[in-house]
Amino acid sequence: MKKIKNGVPALVAVALLLGMDACKPKNAGDTVSSDAASKVYVAPGKYDEFYNFVSGGFSGQMSVYGLPSGRLLKVVPIFSVNPENGYGYSEETKPMLITSHGFIPWDDQHHLDLSQTNGEIDGRWIFANANNTPRVARIDLTTFRTAEIIELPNSAGNHSSPFITENTEYVVAGTRFSVPPDDKNGDVPINTYKDNFKGTISFISVDKTTGSMDIAFQLQCPGVNFDLSHSGKGPSSGWFFFSCYNTEKANTLLEVNASKRDKDFIMAVNWKKAEEYFKAGQGRKQAVKYAHNVYNEKTHTATSEFKTEVTVLDTKELKDICYFIPCPKSPHGCDVDPTGEYIVGSGKLAALIPVFSFDKIQKAIAAKDYIGDYDGIPVIKYESALYGEVKKPGLGPLHTEFDGRGNAITTMFVSSEIVKWNIKDLNIIDRQPTYYSPGHLCIPGGDTKSPNGKYVIVYNKITKDRYLPTGPELAQAAQLFDITGDKMKLLLDFPTIGEPHYAQAVVASLIRDKSVKFFKIEENESPYASKGEGTTKVVRNGNKVDVYLTLIRSHITPDNIEGIKMGDEVYFHATNIEQDWDVPHGFAIKGAANAELLVMPGETATLKWVPDRVGMFPFYCTDFCSALHQEMQGYARVSPAGSSVPISYSTGTNLPKSDSTENK
Amino acid sequence: MKKLIVIGCIGFIVVFALSCGGNNSNTPASTSGSETEKTPEGNPSYDPHRGEGKFTKVDVGPTLNAAMAETGSKVYAVKCSSCHKLTQEKLVGPGWAGVTSRHTAEWIMNFVTNTDVMLNKDPKAQALLEICLVRMPNQNLTDDDARGVYEFQRKNDGVK
Repeated sequence: MKKIKNGVPALVAVALLLGMDACKPKNAGDTVSSDAASKVYVAPGKYDEFYNFVSGGFSGQMSVYGLPSGRLLKVVPIFSVNPENGYGYSEETKPMLITSHGFIPWDDQHHLDLSQTNGEIDGRWIFANANNTPRVARIDLTTFRTAEIIELPNSAGNHSSPFITENTEYVVAGTRFSVPPDDKNGDVPINTYKDNFKGTISFISVDKTTGSMDIAFQLQCPGVNFDLSHSGKGPSSGWFFFSCYNTEKANTLLEVNASKRDKDFIMAVNWKKAEEYFKAGQGRKQAVKYAHNVYNEKTHTATSEFKTEVTVLDTKELKDICYFIPCPKSPHGCDVDPTGEYIVGSGKLAALIPVFSFDKIQKAIAAKDYIGDYDGIPVIKYESALYGEVKKPGLGPLHTEFDGRGNAITTMFVSSEIVKWNIKDLNIIDRQPTYYSPGHLCIPGGDTKSPNGKYVIVYNKITKDRYLPTGPELAQAAQLFDITGDKMKLLLDFPTIGEPHYAQAVVASLIRDKSVKFFKIEENESPYASKGEGTTKVVRNGNKVDVYLTLIRSHITPDNIEGIKMGDEVYFHATNIEQDWDVPHGFAIKGAANAELLVMPGETATLKWVPDRVGMFPFYCTDFCSALHQEMQGYARVSPAGSSVPISYSTGTNLPKSDSTENK
Repeated sequence: MKKLIVIGCIGFIVVFALSCGGNNSNTPASTSGSETEKTPEGNPSYDPHRGEGKFTKVDVGPTLNAAMAETGSKVYAVKCSSCHKLTQEKLVGPGWAGVTSRHTAEWIMNFVTNTDVMLNKDPKAQALLEICLVRMPNQNLTDDDARGVYEFQRKNDGVK
């Protein structure tokens, strides 16, 4: 020791330097093992093993990646318009974005849940929430298209959504913002929050065969903020668990005012009991207005219908539905392990992770082991529901998924890491840094009875220095870890669209082979379909001009259209009469204050065009379809209002020059 | 037979690849790896008059089967008429006048139902592609549709 005494100050200096260095973000070289590249390499022409469905956050859409490569396969438009393929622009898809507030071109899409049968992913549909104007969507996984969107009355900030029950009986949707109910006057002083504001949880039923959604009933709850939720399973079948914060019922500066209480709640909901009350007619019929939009694959057309009534169950009056379980410091994630026995609450401001036992919760309810009530709902004693606490897991625990081998992995937002711990002994097994500030995470089937514990994908909130800089707005990103061993190994960073929140992943074979390749032209029931060039036509009805046209490699029929006049509304009804995979055609016309159409084989789509000037307007196919794609074009002539030019249309006919059609 | 993906939008690349002797540019991605189609030369059993597909022997009557021709006429209107005239005039594809004397029933029906494989390996189909430069789409005709279309072509060629 003496010998190096003189060296101590130097060592301290080195340690300090190292310490400072340790505060800087580590680079990838520090944490990636040498075989990472081969583990994520999917050779050209080969398929990925998993689909990864990732919420698009403020893009409003859902993205689909292949794993382990992290290759982006598709962006499915759900809650935002998508000029790229005409979603929200074509006449057929506009009704999908209708709400009680009218047509809304954007939303904020946070969470996804794949449909399940017996607690396992069945690969039929995926459900998506819209946060801002509360809605839930169902996406069909044979077409990767939005099939249905339902709006939620009495709601605001639809955050704890769209989580599903074990057999997809219900999709739930809980309000983040409590608000005055829709049938009450909302024009009240803000400081009457505690009296006038209510939280609502919707139970949306899902038809077993068709997937069709309907709001079965709503639970009226105290005016807290509902954050996230997950269904029970196995022994906890019939129960649902919601995290709640702002039990202070603050309406301003929530950052401070909703962080005062030492414990907020996990709300346990006996939905089977609620269903019984509903079926027994215990609910109150409330007048509301909400949109229900359905896309019909046969007519290739969406319809929007307004509904005017919802059944509300008052959880204060109807006992045995809701129970509060104290949970430290503003819980965020609320996750149920594969056995259904353990419920993990993640207090985002807590220095521990509480794990609750379903068995103990049931015993506490039976013994009325309550510490009182909150707005008339019993509050179970913390210790009586608690299985145990994970001590010092890290800072800012947010979300937990399960590997199916008895372990849980939790994201730590503040300390930028993921932590793997054992559910039984609550000991920490491993922790790995993430870059940076992870929000959600996803293990394939990680919220079901049967997780596939090969990978965890972590969705980060900050990427800072991880990618080439692109100005002030940087790439959003995910990170893929191998979790097959005790140590989690970082394999790959990949950028995502919008801001990724919750995601789902599933073995590709469950979905891949069911993919629709084209729509059968014989089954096209669109009233505007042209089944063969012989049926194409241009029809004037007042100032409305309907153009029934076909698209096939490599011409548009008709491709010469005359007789359109200023003041007309022109509807191009484009039918792609190809009958093979991967042959979409596009359709666009100069000057249209609209998007393009991207028409799949066998489909009919309609573009509305209101000409703004007299002249000649070229239109063409926008999707490079063949060697003669550049020849796939046509002209529409627009004449002044009151012109005597008759409607005429043709393809392949060189009309003789005539005075009546010449410009003067 | 593995179903092939039509990469229609890059048809010109396929043509280019074909002209370079490639025959594997249009096979699908697959977890089990791509399968290389056998070339006609490497497969002595390949009959260029029959082509490749499920139709090995088509019974064709001495006179027209009017019902079948009617079925074929309807299919033609929806799925074929955009590209094929009933005269000798070439539109996107060749005109149909005389087609039943240029090809056997088996070849036509195999080409219509097994289009991509035929375009990739059949010499006559490839020769047509060089002229037309647009890969004929597989319009997913049923067997009966294909047979009907052939009968309709016979009618067009004057069979009573």
